[in-house]
Amino acid sequence: MLSIRNLRVSINGKEILKGIDLEVKAGEVHAIMGPNGTGKSTLAYVIAGREGYDITEGEIIFKGRNIMDLSAEERACEGLFLGFQYPVEIPGVSITNFLRTAINEQRKYRGLDPVPATEFLARMEEKKKLLELQEKLASRSVNEGFSGGEKKKNEIFQMAMLEPSLAILDETDSGLDIDALRIVATGVNKLRRPDNATVVITHYQRLLEYIVPDVVHVLFDGRIVKSGGKELALQLEEKGYEWIRNES
Amino acid sequence: MDSGIVQTIYDLKEYLKGVFADNQPEITRNDTSFVAQKRAKAFELFIKTGFPHAALERWRGTDLSRALNHEYHSLTEPPSADLDIDKIFKCDVPHFETQLVTQLNGWYADRNNLVQVFPNGLVICSLATAFTKYPQLIEAHYGKYADDNAEGLTALNTAMSQDGIFIYVPDNVTVEQNIQMVNITDFKQNLFLNTRNLVILGENSHLRLVQCDDSINHDVTFINTVTEVKIGRNSTLDHYKLQNKDDHTTLINSMFFHQDEGSSLSTNAISLNGGLIRNLSHVTMSGSHSSSEIYGLYLMDRYQHVDNQVYINHAAPECESRELFKGVLDDHASGVFNGHIKVHRDAQKTNAFQTNRNILLSDKASIDTKPFLEIYADDVKCSHGATIGQLDAEALFYIRSRGISQSNAKILLMYAFAAEVINKISIPELRQRMDDMVKKRLRGELSQCEQCVLNCSTHEHQKAEFKIDLSKI
Repeated sequence: MLSIRNLRVSINGKEILKGIDLEVKAGEVHAIMGPNGTGKSTLAYVIAGREGYDITEGEIIFKGRNIMDLSAEERACEGLFLGFQYPVEIPGVSITNFLRTAINEQRKYRGLDPVPATEFLARMEEKKKLLELQEKLASRSVNEGFSGGEKKKNEIFQMAMLEPSLAILDETDSGLDIDALRIVATGVNKLRRPDNATVVITHYQRLLEYIVPDVVHVLFDGRIVKSGGKELALQLEEKGYEWIRNES
Repeated sequence: MDSGIVQTIYDLKEYLKGVFADNQPEITRNDTSFVAQKRAKAFELFIKTGFPHAALERWRGTDLSRALNHEYHSLTEPPSADLDIDKIFKCDVPHFETQLVTQLNGWYADRNNLVQVFPNGLVICSLATAFTKYPQLIEAHYGKYADDNAEGLTALNTAMSQDGIFIYVPDNVTVEQNIQMVNITDFKQNLFLNTRNLVILGENSHLRLVQCDDSINHDVTFINTVTEVKIGRNSTLDHYKLQNKDDHTTLINSMFFHQDEGSSLSTNAISLNGGLIRNLSHVTMSGSHSSSEIYGLYLMDRYQHVDNQVYINHAAPECESRELFKGVLDDHASGVFNGHIKVHRDAQKTNAFQTNRNILLSDKASIDTKPFLEIYADDVKCSHGATIGQLDAEALFYIRSRGISQSNAKILLMYAFAAEVINKISIPELRQRMDDMVKKRLRGELSQCEQCVLNCSTHEHQKAEFKIDLSKI
């Protein structure tokens, strides 16, 4: 699904990612953990195609294709999704219209006709139920006046509607109370399929009580310094990031 | 002009002086002595003050010299009575129920029916007719709110305007229908127009007024409109100004609102196209507990210029004013926002809020924004804020990360930016149409319409598929 090889990224001459290797297979859930400021969000942004980074070395292969030269929208159309740590407010544009536009642009990219309105509405209903979302959410403007929890739920809702092959969730658990966390995690679990994959970026082990990862990576100072099974997350929780710092 | 070559400067002032002197019988034909006196005095003032120029502080950002340097024609005779206005103009906004009142080249267009009096007492008529038919109302209000001393163009208007629209809403009347004033220019030569309107609301009255500015011809036109509005005690006016003129038009639109105690004003100027547009909203709150909302949206590109001047005169205590102006400027377009709030010494407990936000899409586009608070009372809440920026990079990336193309993401963000002003429109059909027009304007599909600012003539023909389909499903 996703292969990252020796990815080196700088911003304004400062190297943030210092040679990342990552291999995510279809059907897997990966967790990337690490303290603040170690490059977790940069990694997510670079995979999603945000501009403004100097990629000095390495490559990102997604579904067998090098996506380094693709724009953010092309990557999305190829099946990549980024759940934002800080979702942006778009006043005046309802979630319904935003999603219909996004879905239709993605369909156009794939050579498909726009989604019929009835089918689209049925999908909305289905996903809203799946995520236990309030009825009125979809008619509100994208993220406008949303609480932190609502914004994150809305990210998962967008993910559910867009049905990506690979979803990267950047600190989706931050700022969530237990109920919201449970809903977000349930959503991710329910949307899990043999042909898709999820990368969860998180600071805390807490989310991983709800989303059980196949592989846990520890990102530290721009490098993945440790990878292992879900027990690695527990070890981290127990020993803290100091443990990694001392080992690396 | 920038090359240093000396151009022949056409002397418009001399021409207008000639028109005024040579056509006295025509110009003063409908004047009462009250109006004639005002006219003569205003003419003297204009001769003294002349046209505005860049050395004046409030004209610093708007250069009229190019617009004034044309040979214009001034019409002193009304159009023919055989004129069939329906052939020239038809408003096609679906379900938009309006009482339509049309001006053609500054004249009240329905020459066979110069006065309409409705069963509830509402009067809509030609201003020239009102001079003699409603002398008491004219003497109480005409020329009382527009200040000829303050502005040469206002003085010129008082001196040379011969007609316009007069609307009178008596006490305790709620006008159910929207009144739509349409100002059409259609002439084979360059036109210089001075049109004058007077709107009077008595006490406890309510009116919704939509003013549309349209041009049919594509010749150079200079329109100098002055509208005086009196809003009586506990009355409300919901006012819209829709501007979609061609690039050859200069539109000077001066609105003077005078509010009595407990009255409410909401006015919204939406400028979609126009060579040079200057909107003045001069609001005087003379009675306590009144409120005013002054909104504006401008979407300008090419070499277009838009200037919004807002002057709010808080002359009485416990009043509230809210200003929100937003604009998107592309290419070489330029804009000015000048927001002056004056709070008088005894206007205690005033709330006055002002916001001006701008997005510049090119490095050649410019905006000159200037908030100005003049406060003499000590118990007031006032705020102002002006921003100039580009589209938010984080927001663009967010939208693109969902698969939406960069160009559509930009349009979506601009639309989202504009929506805040559009959403202030309280007439649903009008809001829907303006919403459509803003989208088309942002997509570059809105041509300057053949007829009405609301008549989106490309709508039927192109069936323009709005790729970012923001319509309700």
